[in-house]
Amino acid sequence: MAESAAHFDIDVDGGVLKLVASGDWRARFLKQIDNRLRDFADDSVGRDLVIDVSGVERLDTAGAMVLQRTFFACTQRTENSRIIGANDAHGALLAQVENHLAPCHVSPVHPNAFMEMLRRLGVGTMDAINAMLELMSFIGQTLFTAWRVLTRPSHFRWTSTVHHMEEAGLNAIPIIGLMSFLIGAVVAFMGAKILRLFNADIFTVELVGIAVLREFGVLLTAILIAGRSGSAFTAQIGSMKIREEIDAMRVLGIDPMEALVLPRVVALVIMLPAIAFIAAVLGVTGGALVAAGAMDISLALFAARFQETIIINHFWAGLIKAPFFAFVIGVIGCFQGMEVEGSSESLGQRTTLSVVQSLFLVIVIDAFFAMFYLEIDF
Amino acid sequence: MDKSAKPNVIEVRDLRTQFDDVVVHNDLDLDVHSGEIMGVVGGSGTGKSVLMRAIIGLKRPSNGTVRVFGDEFYEADEKTRLSIERRWGVLFQGGALFSSLTVAQNVMAPIREHLHVEGELAQDMAALKISMVGLPPDAGAKYPSELSGGMKKRAGLARALALDPELVFLDEPTAGLDPIGAAKFDELIINLKESLGLTVFMVTHDLDTLHAACDRVAVLAEKHVIECGPLEEVRRADHPWINEYFSGPRGRAALVAKAS
Repeated sequence: MAESAAHFDIDVDGGVLKLVASGDWRARFLKQIDNRLRDFADDSVGRDLVIDVSGVERLDTAGAMVLQRTFFACTQRTENSRIIGANDAHGALLAQVENHLAPCHVSPVHPNAFMEMLRRLGVGTMDAINAMLELMSFIGQTLFTAWRVLTRPSHFRWTSTVHHMEEAGLNAIPIIGLMSFLIGAVVAFMGAKILRLFNADIFTVELVGIAVLREFGVLLTAILIAGRSGSAFTAQIGSMKIREEIDAMRVLGIDPMEALVLPRVVALVIMLPAIAFIAAVLGVTGGALVAAGAMDISLALFAARFQETIIINHFWAGLIKAPFFAFVIGVIGCFQGMEVEGSSESLGQRTTLSVVQSLFLVIVIDAFFAMFYLEIDF
Repeated sequence: MDKSAKPNVIEVRDLRTQFDDVVVHNDLDLDVHSGEIMGVVGGSGTGKSVLMRAIIGLKRPSNGTVRVFGDEFYEADEKTRLSIERRWGVLFQGGALFSSLTVAQNVMAPIREHLHVEGELAQDMAALKISMVGLPPDAGAKYPSELSGGMKKRAGLARALALDPELVFLDEPTAGLDPIGAAKFDELIINLKESLGLTVFMVTHDLDTLHAACDRVAVLAEKHVIECGPLEEVRRADHPWINEYFSGPRGRAALVAKAS
């Protein structure tokens, strides 16, 4: 098959413009001539035009479309204007596209950049306010559901809860343990280097103990759980929402709060403190091993010093925060999942939001606890 | 099976597909001639959609050959495959529109990808296809989640037609449409087939569609094609499923509708 690209010539024949098209007028060859055709049409508005397509070897709808477009852009629709030389197949194609030349919108139109900015600012503000109110209401619903289930324990989903305890809790232990161990080691290294300047190596024990027990152990756990399980909650519930499974549950008389949200939140509230405890133990272990390996603090000395100087309060100060973090991560994960609607893009946005919001709130709550402990001298 | 002079666009021979141990098709033969509308019918779970997926390269058969436009798809090299893929269009059951793109952008996606056409020309081509499938111009700027089921199918068809394919696969095109919408869709497909010279491979449950649109019908049962031919011939075949399908209340109603 000889593939000669689309081509056209312009003649003037007795005052009538004549466009002689030849070659292969299929979509792939059109982009070379499309601009020239448009220029020609712009220059010839209102003139009579005859298009001769007898030289066109192959034609598809796109080719027919540009021919018809050019024809209607120029012509005055007098009897002098017509498309000539089409064989049966090409004639049918040209006739087929003739009625479908209206341009269509490609993306939603926004009239004015400034107004658009104002609009987005307004929408963003209202969205933020609404999201906060809705989150409050969701927290209320979760607590209310928890209360209702407490009074009617048979409604509690044990299987689901245990499943999520394993999924979000047990399976997260290796990675969280490793991270915490490494952080403990790093804190010990950094601290030892500075403290040696003051000949105060032994205070490494206090540094590691207080930092890991009060902050790092539980915070690290919360951050990893937010990234690992909060996002998973959003994705699970969100894809159920897209496929109308949540609606189906409601119609069947199953309360999604009871069946989906509560087990996840309860699972996190139970598991996060447990993992935080493991993280704290491994963090201190990491610090102790570094102290033994890189400094002259033997494991026995570390243990003795640890028992002597680190009061139990430090441990509780860290662990008390864990259920609060867990609650926030679980609730936000489920809340964002419930907010998913329509497209997979919305699912992606909500998952991102879920992680960002729960991390933000975890840090904020941590700061509040720090101030609170400071005030009450805990 | 009649030996027509028209070349076969699709030739399936000895096809065997299976999921692990579950055999869906065994020794399945099917020809689709150029320029016809082939309707594939069969009970639920007889593998109509799987057959379509096997032909369009989404489900590798465990035995047998699938030839499309004369080339064996699963044996072909990358380049041949690409050129085959450019010559067909597929409408999935739910439309399978890209949810992050507007309808017009969905239609423009294959135009950009395969023809490297951008800008106004691509928009004009998309507008043409959107208008041809009977969508209003303002539908172009809408996202798939804003469309009704029927509009999604039309938009999906517009995307399937974007590259002017010679062969179009339709997976239950009228399922989920109201009868009026379904009849319009049948009309649209016949119309497009006539004007664009399409070959259509259609999986369907819809008896009215079979009567209105299909030139030939293939009946899937017992893991292969038990009957294939013009509707009138297939209807007369003696097989329990065929008898029940065409002589049940719905089958008779469709026949009456056709006669009137």
